[in-house]
Amino acid sequence: MQDEPTPTELIKAVADFLRNEIAPAIKGHNSFKLRVGINALDLVTRQLALAEAGDETEAARLKQLLGADGTLTELNRALSARIASGEVDLKTPGLSEHLWQTTMDKLAVDQPNYASYKRELGNT
Amino acid sequence: MIETELTRCVASFHPGATGITGAAKLSGGASQETWTFDIVHPNGNVGAILRRAPPGYGAAPGRAAGLDAEATLMQLAHDAGLPSPKVMHVLTPEDGLGRGFIMARVEGETIARKILRDEEFANARPILARQLGRVIASIHGLPQAKLPQLRSLTATKEIEDLGREYHGFNWPRPVFELALRWLRDHDPGPSSDVTLVHGDFRHGNLIIGPDGVRAVLDWELAHTGDPMEDLGWICVNSWRFGEIDKPVGGFGTREDLFAGYEEAGRKADRDRVMFWEVMGTLRWGVMCCGMMQRFRSGPDHSMERAMIGRRASETEIDLLRLLAPRGK
Repeated sequence: MQDEPTPTELIKAVADFLRNEIAPAIKGHNSFKLRVGINALDLVTRQLALAEAGDETEAARLKQLLGADGTLTELNRALSARIASGEVDLKTPGLSEHLWQTTMDKLAVDQPNYASYKRELGNT
Repeated sequence: MIETELTRCVASFHPGATGITGAAKLSGGASQETWTFDIVHPNGNVGAILRRAPPGYGAAPGRAAGLDAEATLMQLAHDAGLPSPKVMHVLTPEDGLGRGFIMARVEGETIARKILRDEEFANARPILARQLGRVIASIHGLPQAKLPQLRSLTATKEIEDLGREYHGFNWPRPVFELALRWLRDHDPGPSSDVTLVHGDFRHGNLIIGPDGVRAVLDWELAHTGDPMEDLGWICVNSWRFGEIDKPVGGFGTREDLFAGYEEAGRKADRDRVMFWEVMGTLRWGVMCCGMMQRFRSGPDHSMERAMIGRRASETEIDLLRLLAPRGK
């Protein structure tokens, strides 16, 4: 077992240092790049916190939809093939809900400030 | 240094020019660069932009029309009275600057967030959608006989190209697959009206001033095809920068865009525009995935590229909002 603090705590400490102490002192294109870097660290902390649960429920829904087992990539590949062939479509029970839930879980990690996501959060 | 070549070059096409000053690279990868500089002249300096493929870089890759075609199109647009910078000089081998052209610099803003939020553009925002409708109509009306050699594209071909590119990533995305299937099922077939298509008419490629649009830039993706493609592309949610209830670039309505387009004597086909909006949304998503691939395989191992890769999910939610809206 690894020692503490956890990766999440370490990354958050670094991101907060860059945001609060360094960013105000940086100018020009490097300031833009620094902001991108801080955004990347924030994204990673969200992923560490949320991804495991999201992946588990996504896999469970996929197994139910497909009546098959496999890794997350294999299951997504199988679903993609069935959508491409027309075997399943938006009339298939559960497909739309699955795609929506999976996409919302991704946005919660990738881009929680994206306007479409915030609008849809209000629609749930 | 580029200053030496530029000084010699400007003297050859701008009589009385004594040199150049303030040369700075604005953007560019290895194969395409943009530089700003001033031509020094006793009657006053003249702002200029160089767009070039540096010496040693030949034909533009993939979908690009090529810098010679871009220069011809901008000149055509300028001559037709469209907001377009004047092309001052097309580079020759003697210039020693590579391939490309020099144009007059147009002052104004290209950064979407400023155009959508700054007070300076408050009067421009309500008029832009209609104005851009008229500009797109004029682009589509440029004389076919004078166009340079361009690729011709149909919806069917674009679906195939996009599908091939996406499948090449080998990263299964059910939402993209759903969008591809929808595009195949709703392919409107060849357009009865085939025109010049700008191909990248959106924020970043438009110079905006407090008075409205001042220049249309970046004709790199120009081709011939369905004119509704340009109208759909500027409605893609990715170019609304948060203003999601204003479909045209985050500043206007589809109705205003279509009204402007039709004022100029052309007909807007709403269903086709919707088709191209879906295509455009998927295209930007596939482009984001492409950024991830290039980040991973180098040589541009940049943070910005990596983070754009993580924006593909934005297009997935937008595709679902278009194709499988909830609560209706």
